Amino acid sequence: MIAKNPDSQNSVHFKIKRQDGPDKPAYWQTFDVPYKPNLNVISCLQAIAANPTTSEGQETTVVVWDCNCLEEVCGACTMVINGTARQSCSALIDQMREQGFGSRENPIVLEPMTKFPVVRDLWVDRSRMFKQLLRLKAWVPIDGTHKLGAGPKESPEMQDERYQLSRCMTCGCCLEACPQYLKDNHFIGANAIGQTLYFNEHETGKNLQGERLDVMMEPGGISDCGNAQNCVKVCPKEVPLTLAIAKVGRQVTVHAIKKFFMGK
Amino acid sequence: MPTPPRVIIVGGGLAGLAAAVRVAEAGLDVDLFSMVPVKRSHSVCAQGGINACNEVARQQGYSEWMHFDETLYGGDFLNHQPPVYEMAYGAPGIIDLLDRMGVPFNRTPEGQRDLRMFGGSLYKRTHFAGATTGQQLLYALDEQARRWEAQGKVTKYEFWEFLWPVLDDEGTCKGIVAQDMRTMQVRAFRGDAVVMATGGCGLIFGKSTMSVICTGGAAARCYQAGAALGNPEFIQVHPTAIPGEDKCRLMSESARGEGGRVWVPRKKQDPRKPNDIPAAERWYFLEEKYPKYGNLVPRDIATREIFYVCQDGYGVGGGRMVYLDVSHLPMETKKKLAGILEIYEKFVGDNPYEVPMKIFPSVHYSMGGLYTVYKAKPDNKGMVLGAHENMMTNIKGLYAFGEVNYQYHGATRLGANALLNCIFDGLFCGLSVANYAKEPHGKPAAELDAGVFEGVVEQEKNKVRKLVDSKGTENPYKIHQKLGEEMTDSCTVVRTEDRMKQAYNVLEDLTQRYQSVRLSDTSMWTNQNLSFTRALGDMLLYAEAILKTAIQRKESRGSHYRPDYPERDDAQFLKTTIARYDAATNKCRIEYEDVPQPLVEPRARTYGKVEAEAENKAGDKKETVKA
Repeated sequence: MIAKNPDSQNSVHFKIKRQDGPDKPAYWQTFDVPYKPNLNVISCLQAIAANPTTSEGQETTVVVWDCNCLEEVCGACTMVINGTARQSCSALIDQMREQGFGSRENPIVLEPMTKFPVVRDLWVDRSRMFKQLLRLKAWVPIDGTHKLGAGPKESPEMQDERYQLSRCMTCGCCLEACPQYLKDNHFIGANAIGQTLYFNEHETGKNLQGERLDVMMEPGGISDCGNAQNCVKVCPKEVPLTLAIAKVGRQVTVHAIKKFFMGK
Repeated sequence: MPTPPRVIIVGGGLAGLAAAVRVAEAGLDVDLFSMVPVKRSHSVCAQGGINACNEVARQQGYSEWMHFDETLYGGDFLNHQPPVYEMAYGAPGIIDLLDRMGVPFNRTPEGQRDLRMFGGSLYKRTHFAGATTGQQLLYALDEQARRWEAQGKVTKYEFWEFLWPVLDDEGTCKGIVAQDMRTMQVRAFRGDAVVMATGGCGLIFGKSTMSVICTGGAAARCYQAGAALGNPEFIQVHPTAIPGEDKCRLMSESARGEGGRVWVPRKKQDPRKPNDIPAAERWYFLEEKYPKYGNLVPRDIATREIFYVCQDGYGVGGGRMVYLDVSHLPMETKKKLAGILEIYEKFVGDNPYEVPMKIFPSVHYSMGGLYTVYKAKPDNKGMVLGAHENMMTNIKGLYAFGEVNYQYHGATRLGANALLNCIFDGLFCGLSVANYAKEPHGKPAAELDAGVFEGVVEQEKNKVRKLVDSKGTENPYKIHQKLGEEMTDSCTVVRTEDRMKQAYNVLEDLTQRYQSVRLSDTSMWTNQNLSFTRALGDMLLYAEAILKTAIQRKESRGSHYRPDYPERDDAQFLKTTIARYDAATNKCRIEYEDVPQPLVEPRARTYGKVEAEAENKAGDKKETVKA
């Protein structure tokens, strides 16, 4: 057992919300991690994993969290840090200390995202996001992998717009921040609307536009968006989500009118 | 009615997804296993681009042949030529296909695909989507795989960890045993062919540019089950990464491809800020030593030069850092690099648009991996399309695609050839897998006796029980830390016999300590502690193979640099290293196999280095290029 570190200046203090399983009660534990320059939340969680002992000196289990790339491009390590959903790899301890977090009085607080069911500790089940992509036919319907020549030409402006939309890493920050998206409702959410625009703007992808917009018109579709615009503020990749909501909103309106007149 | 054949694919990065799409397209059902949702696979980290001959380069004298030749020259002729030939000639078609899938490749004003320079070539032949090309390609294949998922042809098992291949009495692979990372259930899956597409083994070196799942564990398990490793000693150290506490973050070669320059102050420990140092007092050492390729020499060369510059005391502030400078580039060009410049700014805090970045080499890629074979065309210009053996390991029915396949890159991989290799394997050799699985090889997996599968399930459950019940005192994370430090120190940029032997002894000690490892979590729900500790055991074995083969290769070739044997020795080592696991000693046995050179004669790999060229001329060793 490691003795409690009396020198709080040399430690980063964490308060972590834990939960042993989906149906288990949540509880809090605090941890002290020896300070070094250039730490991030991930390296602190790794230090806790190597030495799972609470601030009180009690041995405990390794804190479970989801992560992979550690360079903010895979989206896995998203959690709620000091009240805001973000990736724990790019949450830098030196910056948070400058903002006054990390002391014993004001520890860095780690919680699982609240809009998704907890698997264990900081790991949540975000499969709902991937299911929406399935429902939306979020793909370009190519004829197959055979050699059929190049794809359609594209202007640099359109490429730029689509590239920005395509950087969405399905992390769920936009949904965590959204007042309309709840654990137990059906709202499709900002990321799915962004993906809808992404595919509707591609020459071949647009062949499925009608089917995607049908989904957008179903309960939980785009009309459930309350226009709070929180999504775009928290998106770590600056995906133009409100632009997507506006454009897909217009596509839905046109689609609905067409359907009405064509009697479909 | 007989049960239709199924194919198991382990790993959902570019290689696994491309294979899933190709096999599903050929009409077979696919079970796709991944430790993460496939969209979060490590391919997402690739930044710079994907190489292929293209019309613009072609009209300036480039060709598929030159792409092929560059790959061999880069790989120091340890690559097998027929597969590389097939890949280089197939590359333009792969770019077209990705284009049709909707990848947002950067565009020229006319709407054509834009191109950039990359290491090891004098032509623009790298296609890109910003500086997050891997992410964009992975997403495109993820989308196509999802389309097959919607049709019920692909079934995903995400958050499942591969544990062991299942072989029938004939030694033919008929499935796998895997574990659900949430419920911890261990169970068998039947498959008429199994594709390993499980990536690299960077975690053996502690910190690398790789993702946390890149332990090499899956490959090491196949190795213990009888699959041979090919060239495990060849590990690529990327010249430009940002050192970090948890990992080293890649700064793509595209920074140099777009005109970025590497330099250090000419004066040792110059205290001035980089922007206060005038051009005349900066040492652009790569440009000076390699006037032809400049900053775009292959990675192993750039890495060694950076390493030695720092060792000689020229590093920034006397430390282990050099400058990678893009601050002089026009804004339009910097915009194409936004994806990586943003990473630097986020993780370091400095603004790379204005201030040179501070970087150092880091372990990045494993050229070696599972040993595979192929069927060459009679003239050796490519592989036979759809032949069963393409990229099959020495275990019948077990394939290896992508980074875990040792085939394409020889002693060093050229930048922007990895994405190509992954997709090429999946698409070209995916057909081989489908063809193989459609034909009978002993009993079909579905009809095989349940006992064959249960035996392996029991073996894996026992392993779990042993770890959970262990009453030892050793901390797995500390063993891993020591392993990483030792491997990085002894077996990366510079490798000497003495230092590697010392590391080998440490490794034996660590392997001993691992026997009394203790878990801090013994629960049977989402036990990451167990998964990591199990993989650590596999990493130790893989590390043994890396060290032993590196010690035994007494020459310098590509990324394998031995100051004690500084020359390439074709007479003895123009050979593939084959490492087989010996259960009796728990160590590897090494064999060598000639690498045939049917299309291009090996030549000195100098990249126009000033002194080397002079020596070459003196010795009248002319570089010959067949064209």
